[in-house]
Parts: sequence; structure tokens; C-alpha cells
Amino acid sequence: MADVQDYKQARRYETFSYLPPFSAEQTRAQIQYMIAQGWNPAVEHIEPNRPFTYYWYMWKLPMFGERNADAVLAEVEACRREYPNHSIRLIGYDNYTQSQGLSFVVHRGS
Amino acid sequence: MAGKYEAGVKEYRQTYWAPDYVPLDSDILACFKIVPQPGVDREEAAAAVAAESSTGTWTTVWTDLLTDLDYYKGRAYRIEDVPGDDTAFYAFIAYPIDLFEEGSVVNVFTSLVGNVFGFKAVRSLRLEDVRFPLHYVMTCNGPPHGIQVERDKMDKYGRPMLGCTIKPKLGLSAKNYGRAVYEALRGGLDFTKDDENVNSQPFMRWRDRFLFVADAIHNAEAQSGERKGHYLNVTAPSPEEMYERAEFAKELNMPIIMHDFLTGGFCANTGLARWCRKNGVLLHIHRAMHAVIDRNPHHGIHFRVLTKALRLSGGDHLHTGTVVGKLEGDRASTLGWIDLLRESYVPEDRSRGIFFDQDWGSMPGAFAVASGGIHVWHMPALVKIFGDDSVLQFGGGTLGHPWGNAAGAAANRVALEACVEARNRGVDIEKEGKTILTNAARHSPELKIALETWKEIKFEFDTVDKLDVQNR
Repeated sequence: MADVQDYKQARRYETFSYLPPFSAEQTRAQIQYMIAQGWNPAVEHIEPNRPFTYYWYMWKLPMFGERNADAVLAEVEACRREYPNHSIRLIGYDNYTQSQGLSFVVHRGS
Repeated sequence: MAGKYEAGVKEYRQTYWAPDYVPLDSDILACFKIVPQPGVDREEAAAAVAAESSTGTWTTVWTDLLTDLDYYKGRAYRIEDVPGDDTAFYAFIAYPIDLFEEGSVVNVFTSLVGNVFGFKAVRSLRLEDVRFPLHYVMTCNGPPHGIQVERDKMDKYGRPMLGCTIKPKLGLSAKNYGRAVYEALRGGLDFTKDDENVNSQPFMRWRDRFLFVADAIHNAEAQSGERKGHYLNVTAPSPEEMYERAEFAKELNMPIIMHDFLTGGFCANTGLARWCRKNGVLLHIHRAMHAVIDRNPHHGIHFRVLTKALRLSGGDHLHTGTVVGKLEGDRASTLGWIDLLRESYVPEDRSRGIFFDQDWGSMPGAFAVASGGIHVWHMPALVKIFGDDSVLQFGGGTLGHPWGNAAGAAANRVALEACVEARNRGVDIEKEGKTILTNAARHSPELKIALETWKEIKFEFDTVDKLDVQNR
């Protein structure tokens, strides 16, 4: 039994929330992937105590047609400055499937 | 057109062999692999199969002349060699759409694979593929929700989902079973699953199981902050009991239920799929008995046809084999039927065993489920083969973790996300699999111990049912 470790329960945030927080470089790579798939990047945020809801606040509008990953990262940063305590997620809207190709939390609120 | 009635036996080819026939867009087309009895030539055998699976019987009857048999009959219109197999040949048969009741997978299969499979003129017979015309597809209900709606309901994007069948599959009490579910879900799985054998046995009646599982799900969701589900198996002795179980799952706010479409039957499955759409419950489909039907390369029904039958009848998930685990599966062939399950248009591609273009129109696709004998070392290959629209189910690979279900679930989740993250960066994850997993394990003691536990296990037996390719 001494070899068995206790599993510590933690709050999670769906895709990529079991990995250590991404560096800016890692986040940029995921944004580039979204753009390469033809998806439209979008930023959303919410008070940290209610991440379970489907609808978070949109930060401005989805960035339709944006090809520049740094421009998307800049919006994430702008959102974070405005709402420093909020959870923030990045979404790639796929208009062909009418769904989201990717969605992951880039900043876990406190 | 008036013809004279002549009693007696005619050669099938006179009526049912039509090499000049150009199939209509609305015809249902079938490709059979036939091994004829000695002395029966290919054209006669093909025509016989066309006859016996459509309008024909062994002798002429006077009532044939009361209808327009030329309109209703099936036609054998092409014959091809089977690559690498001189004993058999492919026969292509066209059936007019009017032969079949709208929206009835039951009726189509009663004709196509009915009496003809016991027919004496053929030694063995296999239904290799069926082209369902869009005209017919549109009469079927199909998956209750489909891939996109399920993603939206479950809030899971950009990755395969993770599941696990609770083991031991038989003998747990309902409360202990719920514990196993709770642990696996809180650790990071999206779904857990009733084994197909779990219905309502004396050791665990269905209502008790549903109640404890519901508690497990609600708590795992509250504590992990993620959406969770458990495939509650509603497969039952009768439709009435099946619907009773489904209704109770809905009452408990359960997102997903499960059915075995072959042992339960197409009729029950189609009805349940309609109920699921009406009631907003996702439907996971198991395929017990499929290997009885699809494994023999010379007799039965190929799994790609069963896949099409399920998509028409309805289901949001279907087990497809893993390619890499303990169960049968040839990679190219599996990729073929995964496409048939998920894509809206699948072109003919003999290198993947697909004999016809198949247009699904607006019918939703379903998730491919890879389950059976897979563990964390298989993750890179599974993500590459199955892509995002799949559920990867590690049963023993979760529950067999030395630290228990929650740790096993977390290990799989870390491995999955590391593979997806790397894939999106453009890494060849099958080639770099070992590096990806080893690096990810540096941040996850659960993954590290899982990698050590399952290092040596491989399942490398030869596939029994291979694609027909020239091997001489």
C-alpha cells in the first residue's frame, strides 16, 4: 500500500486542462493549427466560480478571417488585462460543422 | 406486355442477368462475394442471387404475369474476379427502390440477406457492400443527435473523448459498481460504460444500477467541473422493458444510454434511436454478435455493411474495432468503415474495401468507438488512426492502474492531451509517440506508472478477415 499514491481531486477545464499551463509559444502553435484548419479564432471569459456553464462572455466578436496568431494572442492579453481574475478560453469556430473545432482554457481564473 | 405463361423451371440468367443494365441513381446496389456450387457458372449463380434476394422463386408462377416483373426485379449487372481468390467472384446487383419499405433497415436486410443465404446454388455468400441511394437514406431517421450535437451537449472539443468499460463485467453490486464509475469519471474520463452483458441480472438489477450511477455522475461533474456520462445499457428482453429503462435514465437526467443493435435487433434499435432524438438522450451502440456475421471472409455480411445499417437505423456511437488492440481489425479496412460512419460523402475506394460511392446527404455522422485491449502506449497510434471524432475506451487500461481508477483515468487523459497537443503542432505522433508520452509523464506520476505497468503487452496476431488483395 505504501507504493500507492492518493489521487488528488482538482477542478478541470476540458481539453488540455490535464497538461501543465501552456507557454505563449505553445498557445501560439495551437492558434496556428486552428487558423490552418480554416477555423475562426474567438476569445471568451467568465467569472472563475462558474466555468461549467455553456455560455461564457464573448470578448468582442470572433475574429473572422484572422490569419495572424499574434493578433489573436494580443486579444487574449487584452481580455486578461480587462478581466484579470476571469477564466479565459480560446475557441476555433468551424463554420462547416457549425461547431467548435477546438476550445481550451488559456487562463484559469482565481 | 402480354407474355404466355409457361410453367416449369427457367434458368435464372434468362430473367435476372442483365450485363447491359445501367443502374439508376435511386437503385439500391449490392456487391456479393459468391462461391458457387460446382457446375454452376458465374452468371447463373449471380442471377440466382439477384432472383432469390428480390422477386424470384425457384419456378415460374402464373401470378408473375399479373405484375410488371421487369420493373420490380433485381438485376445482376456485373461480375468481377476477387483479387487473390479463384474460388470466389464478386456479383453486383441492382434493386429498384420500390422493393423496400421506406425507413426500414429491417426490410432491406430481410430481402438482401434473407433466404438467399441458405440457397443451394451457392456454396457460400457474403454481402460485401451496399450502396444506399440518397433517396432511401432520406427516409431513415439516422443517428439521434450525431457528432456535432453530442460535442455541443458534452462541451468536448478538439480531441477524441475517453471512455472505459467497468470491470469485472459481471458480478458487482450496484453500489460498488457506481464507485468504480465515480472513480474513473472524477479522474478524467468523459464516459464510462456498462459492459454489453450487463442488463438486469440478479446481482445488480437495472434500476439500482441506474440510481447509483446517476449519483456517481452528478458528483464527478460537480467535483471535476467537466461534463460526464455513463452508457446505461437499456438492452432488454422486450421493447417494453427497454423503453421503461430508457425513460428512467431520462428521469435521472442521464445524458446517454446504450443498446446492442445486433442482439437487440434492427427493429428495437430503430425505435430506440427515434425515442432518443425525441427525448434528447444520446445513444451508444455496442455490436455483440457482429463477429459471427462478419468475420468469415466467404460467408456473412461485411462489417462495413453493418456500419451502414446502424447509421441508417440510428446511433451516436458505434464500436469499430481498434486496429491496435486485442480484437480483429485491418487498418485500411477499418479506416474505410470509420469514414462510412462519420463522413457525409464517401467515394468508392477498393484499397479500403469500399465498393460504391455513398452519399449520406444531411444525415448526421456517429462517433467511432475504439475499445478492447488498448492501453496508454497505444494512444499515439489511436489518435492518428481515429482522429478527433472518436471515443477511445481503455477498460483494463484504466481500471488496471496500480493506483486505481482515478489515477488510471488521469494517466490516459494526460497521454491523450499530450498527443493532441503535439499533433496540432505538426508532430508525427506515431513516430514520436514514445518521446511524447515520456515527456508528458514528467508532469504526471499517474502516467509514469501506467507506462511502466503496460510496457510489454502487445497483441500481434494476424487478421483473419483481410481485404481481398492480389497476393500471388
